[in-house]
Amino acid sequence: MTTAQKPTGAVGKPLDRVDGKTKTTGAAEFAAEHTYPGLAHAALVHATISRGRITALHTDDASAVPGVITVLTHRNAPPLEPVPKTSPLDLSSMVSGTSVDYLQTDEVYWDGQPIAVVVAENAAAANQAAALVRAEYAPSEAAVDFTGAEANARPQPSSPIMPAGAKKGDAEEALAAAPVALDLRFTTPPHNHNALEPHATVAVWDGDRLTVHEPTQAIDWFRAHLAARFGLPADDVRVLSPFVGGGFGGKGAVWPGTILTALAARATGRPVRLALSREGVYRTVGGRTPSIQRVAVGASHDGKLTALVHTSVTRTGRVGGFPEPVTTQSQHLYAAENILLEQKLVRLDLLPNIPMRAPGEAIGTFALECAIDELAYELDIDPIELRLRNEPEANPLDGKEFSLRTLAESYRQGAARFGWHERTPEPRSMRDGRWLVGMGAASAYHPAGYFTADITVRLSADGTVLVRCGFQEIGTGGATAQAQIAADALSVPFQAVHVEYGDSALPKGPFAGGSMQTATVAASLLEACKKLKRSLRTMARRTGGDSHEEVLRRANVPHIEAKVGSSTQLGRKSDQARFMLRLARDRRRWVRASTGAHFCQVRVDPDTGEVRVTRWTGVFSIGTVVNPKSAVSQLRGGIVMGLGMALSEETLVDPRTGRIMNPSLSEYHIPVHADVPPIDVSFLGTPDPTMPGGILGAGELGITGVAAAVANAVHHATGKRVRDLPISVDKLL
Amino acid sequence: MPFSYLSAPDVETALRAVADDEDTKLLGGGTNLVDLMREGIERPAKVVDITRLPLGEIKNLPDGGVRVGALVRNSRLAADHLVRTRYPVLTQAVLHGASAQLRNMATVGGNLLQRTRCLYFYDGAAACGKREPGSGCDAIGGFSRNSAILGTSEHCIAAHPSDMAVALAMLDAVVEVRSVRGTRRVPIAELHRLPGDTPHVETTLATDELITAVELPAVPVAANSRYRKVRDRASYAFALVSVAAALGVEDGTVTAARLALGGVGTKPWRATEAERVLLGEPATDEGFLRAADAELAAAATTPHNHFKVELARRTIVATLRRLVPDGRDEESTI
Amino acid sequence: MEISLRINGSAETLEVQPQVSLLDALRDQLGLTGTKKGCDQGACGACTVLSDGARITSCLALAVQYEGHEITTIEGVDHPLQEALVRADGLQCGYCTPGQICSAIGMLAEHKEGMASAVTEDDEVDELDEEEIRERMSGNLCRCGAYNGIVEAIKEVAG
Repeated sequence: MTTAQKPTGAVGKPLDRVDGKTKTTGAAEFAAEHTYPGLAHAALVHATISRGRITALHTDDASAVPGVITVLTHRNAPPLEPVPKTSPLDLSSMVSGTSVDYLQTDEVYWDGQPIAVVVAENAAAANQAAALVRAEYAPSEAAVDFTGAEANARPQPSSPIMPAGAKKGDAEEALAAAPVALDLRFTTPPHNHNALEPHATVAVWDGDRLTVHEPTQAIDWFRAHLAARFGLPADDVRVLSPFVGGGFGGKGAVWPGTILTALAARATGRPVRLALSREGVYRTVGGRTPSIQRVAVGASHDGKLTALVHTSVTRTGRVGGFPEPVTTQSQHLYAAENILLEQKLVRLDLLPNIPMRAPGEAIGTFALECAIDELAYELDIDPIELRLRNEPEANPLDGKEFSLRTLAESYRQGAARFGWHERTPEPRSMRDGRWLVGMGAASAYHPAGYFTADITVRLSADGTVLVRCGFQEIGTGGATAQAQIAADALSVPFQAVHVEYGDSALPKGPFAGGSMQTATVAASLLEACKKLKRSLRTMARRTGGDSHEEVLRRANVPHIEAKVGSSTQLGRKSDQARFMLRLARDRRRWVRASTGAHFCQVRVDPDTGEVRVTRWTGVFSIGTVVNPKSAVSQLRGGIVMGLGMALSEETLVDPRTGRIMNPSLSEYHIPVHADVPPIDVSFLGTPDPTMPGGILGAGELGITGVAAAVANAVHHATGKRVRDLPISVDKLL
Repeated sequence: MPFSYLSAPDVETALRAVADDEDTKLLGGGTNLVDLMREGIERPAKVVDITRLPLGEIKNLPDGGVRVGALVRNSRLAADHLVRTRYPVLTQAVLHGASAQLRNMATVGGNLLQRTRCLYFYDGAAACGKREPGSGCDAIGGFSRNSAILGTSEHCIAAHPSDMAVALAMLDAVVEVRSVRGTRRVPIAELHRLPGDTPHVETTLATDELITAVELPAVPVAANSRYRKVRDRASYAFALVSVAAALGVEDGTVTAARLALGGVGTKPWRATEAERVLLGEPATDEGFLRAADAELAAAATTPHNHFKVELARRTIVATLRRLVPDGRDEESTI
Repeated sequence: MEISLRINGSAETLEVQPQVSLLDALRDQLGLTGTKKGCDQGACGACTVLSDGARITSCLALAVQYEGHEITTIEGVDHPLQEALVRADGLQCGYCTPGQICSAIGMLAEHKEGMASAVTEDDEVDELDEEEIRERMSGNLCRCGAYNGIVEAIKEVAG
């Protein structure tokens, strides 16, 4: 019988990623590398005002550049269907980065908006010509200064899926009455994702069928959106994205480059490639919102939280943007008697923001976890002890059950691994030679859940397994992890499983976002494997046979296949409905999250204030760890991005003009090798009983809490509290 | 933008090419010029590649100095034993600049002529009198964190970005320059100009002049020298403040001192005021601080770069302190 | 202009405009797309190749300047570091990886030659410890944050 085979136990093994060789030999073909006969090249011309109208566009010089095929502007571009209205019942409707109908209007909505596209025989000619297009504008008054707009902030729209606030008791009153209280203001600057691969699109029309090569985190939503904009049935659009050179949220929406490349290809009848410059990415792909946050905490002398207030002001663009859920973690982390959470928004004439790794929690944990550390000093209680004293049994807001809550254990294990007991609490009390040394801790928190995905699993008579699902490999090791899950589910060796992904021609995959892709694909994969085994058992009752191969051979079939999901219109609709129902049901029953504890050691130069992170320990709970090797990498990656957020990253938006002034990797400082110490990551490994395969998310958890752990360590080293990121030397002098 | 290209086989050909046409640029390692051309900031009609000229030697000079060919790559300069022994400050300055890849490309001559990293210089949509003479300066009142505080004018506050040139300024290097008119020797202090009301004129070189070598005089005190760079990350970033220093101390008193600053000046900044104060002072934090304050008294700051005064004070003191024989590097008193 | 150079061991003749970078020539004319463009201004290291064994950023190199040079790209690399990187999971999205590999190979040669780095104390170039590797590799950015794995793999092959 088939079930007699021994499980292979691939899940939990630190296997090498399956695409490692492709990526280390230069064989991996990214989107910008696709070529077609007759390929033309596009370049964008960007607006240099934040709001107003184009009164003249001078394109003659550009058109005269040898090799230029056309210069598209709002005057001559082919029509586009308008951006579809967003609907909560159709997640793909939210995929447009902005609501602007590019090249269909003379209106300018942000500095950087594409106002013309040059198409030429080669990229050099296109770039040269784009630089020669001159625009004249009638500017109108633009609101671009975030800090200056704080007073105009309005409450964020709230929905059951993304509540913009919460309230328990009367936190302000409790704060006023608290024996010990702190009321603090924090700020975080805008950030950009800066995936190393700039966005690139290759678009090819074959009659009324469109093929697009583009690195995306949302193949299916891209396809739906492109179909809507070009008035096509979704089946006539194909999106290929086998390699994605980093996403972090930046490749989760459709930005102008994608639309305009397809438009340029339609206008010229040529296949067209647009490879954005680094500056082009800054000007046309949104980043993380800045924030102004208030965290106020009140406590009894023994450290019991009586009041927790967390409010935020963030921004969106006037033409779109994502209201960032900054206070989410504050609903769940501490057993405060009274809680008040509020999120407010300002809308500015800037390129709309978009989720960037752990939107909400990345910056929200900075404020909350710094405030808790400050309170610990105020109370003269160890910061970890203070957290343990306020560790809730159930969700603090409403008493809902936690599906898995292991934060206290993360702190216990982490403290031991890190050597927290060696820390002397007094600021400036620890030294290493001339350096000041500091240790800080903070909690990591990220909500968990899963989408829906279609999948097929095929078992062949030669014993191999083919898993097909159009998910995205953005560096997480997704194909490797799913192969491990399939191997165990079907009791075959890991090497026998091949996973196909990254193509809209495959069964519809989920969005690679919200740290939900692995669990989502796993859910469908496990269900499909179950179906497949059932069919196989039925078959085996007829044929007999000791192995999969034997059964199929005796049945005289080349393979057997199981399928989850349906790509029909009806299938998609019911899928969506199922997802929404499940989401609502699950939210009523449990609070689900991945969690962890960060421990950071810094040394600070006593003369110059230079901060170097010298040691890091993180103990995390991400449910079942499918592949410890790639999971460690996910967590480390989040921590490294957090180090950048803590110490050096800031997108400079000139408040006079709304223009990004450092659209480059030389002036936007992401961490380099020398900034990153060895990072010790470990996992508790307890499966989440409510998640498919027990799997919680890993991609975003790492960055949450990092900036707070660094800031707390810097305080311990120097005695200075820096509440405005990044913690640059000027703030420590 | 397209341009014509000539690979000069010898110095004379290169000199003739730049003499014949003002719109010609000399191309060394390309690490700055290629970027600026791509950004549309430099738009030469013709580019003369000088990397094949025989200017790649490092030679010992009879007077105890060293002659460095203009086309010596930064990485070779940093690896040179003679330079490392006599002028550790120069080795360190070079190694603190850019990345290993760029140091393998960049030349000594080109490094001296590299242009500012001011955000408004790099942005074609902004007003910048360096890029377009007379157009003003959007950095004033804008993001000026990386701008200068010394040598600025109301027309320009852009900082000179080089690390190497700061060490060369400290060492009183002499720049050998050739043109069809002959050879001249320019003391480094006279190579770079303050912006004044012509920020686009950055050096005293004529457009047809070629840097052929940099000569380092014998500077005995430089054997005890250091370069210290403070930046926004641990490596691969331009200086917020950098300090090149050499110090001679006898019986606790400063007997020789050389000091130059990077990241704070509109040109590589030789801190002559500070040097004057240092001589004869006790080699202590207090003495070093007095010297730093004397130099920085002239600083003109913006809200964004005001911190550089304090950062420069502290970095100067910290760098000098490490040069005191048997100094107490463990303790900071500031 | 016509230029001749050796690429990954074979002689190549190219027709290029003077403004074309070595990076674009490799990718667009020779189809050697393993070398990546991350910033096109020498700020990320994704385009690192070896020129006569020395690592350079090919985005700031004009192809015409490299007439007669021997260029090695990732397609011409066969080095134990490649497998070591996979074992150490020193890569995620894979976009910076070819540049990291070429850079590391150049870096190992520099170290062998006794070249110091900014963190080399007292001019004594000896063992390639982690701090040295990190400083010497700082010209290669990795936004996925695979730095630990990259350093581990380099340490392994450096012996």
